[in-house]
Amino acid sequence: MDSSKKQLRIATRNCGFIDPENIEDYLGVRGYEALANAITASTPAAVIDEVKKSGIRGRGGGGFPTGTKWSFAAANQADQKYVVCNADEGDPGAFMDRAVLEGDPHSVVEAMALCGYAIGASIGVVYIRAEYPLAIKRLKKAIDDAREYGVLGQNILGSGFSFDIELKYGAGAFVCGEETALIRSMEGSRGEPYTKPPFPANAGYWQKPTIVNNVETFANIPAILVKGADWFSSIGTEKSKGTKVFALAGKITNVGLIEVPMGITLKEVIFEIGGGCPDGKQFKAVQTGGPSGGALTYKDADVPIDYDNLLAKNSMMGSGGMIVMDEDTCMVDIAKFFLDFTMDETCGKCTPCRIGSKRLWETLDKICLGQGSEADFEKLKSLAVNIKDTALCGLGQTMPNPVLSTMNTFADEYIAHVRDKKCPAGVCSNLLEIVIIPEKCVGCTLCARVCPVNCISGKVKEVHTIDQAVCIKCGACIDKCKFGAIVKQ
Amino acid sequence: MAKIQSIADLRKFQEDYKAKQAAKKDKILVNVSLATCSIASGGKVILEAMKEESAKQGIGNVEFMQSGCMTYCHSEPTVVVTLPGKDPVCFGKLDETGARELVQKYLKSGEVCGTVIPVNYIRVEL
Repeated sequence: MDSSKKQLRIATRNCGFIDPENIEDYLGVRGYEALANAITASTPAAVIDEVKKSGIRGRGGGGFPTGTKWSFAAANQADQKYVVCNADEGDPGAFMDRAVLEGDPHSVVEAMALCGYAIGASIGVVYIRAEYPLAIKRLKKAIDDAREYGVLGQNILGSGFSFDIELKYGAGAFVCGEETALIRSMEGSRGEPYTKPPFPANAGYWQKPTIVNNVETFANIPAILVKGADWFSSIGTEKSKGTKVFALAGKITNVGLIEVPMGITLKEVIFEIGGGCPDGKQFKAVQTGGPSGGALTYKDADVPIDYDNLLAKNSMMGSGGMIVMDEDTCMVDIAKFFLDFTMDETCGKCTPCRIGSKRLWETLDKICLGQGSEADFEKLKSLAVNIKDTALCGLGQTMPNPVLSTMNTFADEYIAHVRDKKCPAGVCSNLLEIVIIPEKCVGCTLCARVCPVNCISGKVKEVHTIDQAVCIKCGACIDKCKFGAIVKQ
Repeated sequence: MAKIQSIADLRKFQEDYKAKQAAKKDKILVNVSLATCSIASGGKVILEAMKEESAKQGIGNVEFMQSGCMTYCHSEPTVVVTLPGKDPVCFGKLDETGARELVQKYLKSGEVCGTVIPVNYIRVEL
């Protein structure tokens, strides 16, 4: 492989290359060929076999082998089965599903029909968040066009196989990305998860066998079937095949969407593709798996990224958000940020998640305010482990991950907060003092004039001082000082 | 539109597409990224500006198309321009002025200007 080209685009192969609103563009790049071949010249079992052989695992988070999932639903006898596309992308900073739906909606339509053929379903449903109006518009057009061209609907290509797709809109609740909550929401009930088993592949939407796959998983399927399972399984690591789309966000120079082969190292992603942190700042950590994942640091720079290695590092693949943090990020504050998100998004059905998230957040807040003790540090850990073990669904079970992983990797930062009452990154304002360096202060009075609480005193051309008892640590004086004489400590 | 009935029909679309692409080889192709985020950062504005400027400059053999995400959030809005016989070049960080300049320089005389984004991926083609 050309060493300057670290990325390999399979799921996003057509994004940015074809007109997403023109089915003939998609047909031109061998679109619907996999479907046509399958329904006219193959068998459902052969399709499942090929998907199994490719080794593809679910791209939505958990990483369950897709072919195996399909075979469960295929083995069930039922008068109706369903194919569901999970387009309820909710991780903060993740937008790969939107990119695929807006850039190449037909690949998802085709893959859903293929899945329908493989498991014996005639109805597909895309559960998509209403906040994605352009994705919805393009997907709707794709479905309409596919029907008009005869690659969707009744008796496709005269094969006797019928499949149609409808859309269901989600209101944007994070928990509805969890498959059982998603199914409840599609049925018109509250978006709350239920205990598995029964797994959706046995009894899902309206209690019928249902396959729920993520957008990115589907986008890979036509490529696998056209180019073959052997080709696909030659990419990636032993247990994680193919590529993964990541959304690089945060303190990184090249913010953007990337698709890389599984097994690429963190170093390659952050420094070679991402271009490192902007403004010459030091790279500190990267949060993978969004609010359900954990932080990887420079120590993990050579770890090949795949499902199992990330799990071993107390993180997870998740849907592929990568939030990069530089030296100015406080890890306790970051853990609090993610808990703030999950605390808002918990559906409230089970106690560990509903109350646990609140208590976790409160403890973190206490530590950030400088009121935490070492006992709190221990309590945080045991609470986090308990929530992980007892919560009902994936949201609750993974919600403590940001806490556990930052406690693990950045224990010194937690200790600094609780024991020394210091925030090493200089973020937690209660643990900081804003001070004027006498040698640098020229007495221009600019800081005193901008201070909203008038806590800076000093005469013109004399060194100024800050009254710490009154200071609210807003930092306005730091921004105003032209001599770099005011610093946070 | 007659429905696709067979694999042979499907092949015809592939042939047609190839022929259409081949017929475009003497044209200047301008592909503007128009996903939600690209539009929010001004994709539609630069598309209009480039269309208008091309007309003003008397460049007739140009064809515009829209596509989805080009993955370069750091440099949106982005445009890929393919001059006849040349490799596609991706330009980013455009605004209306930059888009007009692109037409006046690159489209008109092949003079590279503005921010060029190097291709850092391999696209799997089926």
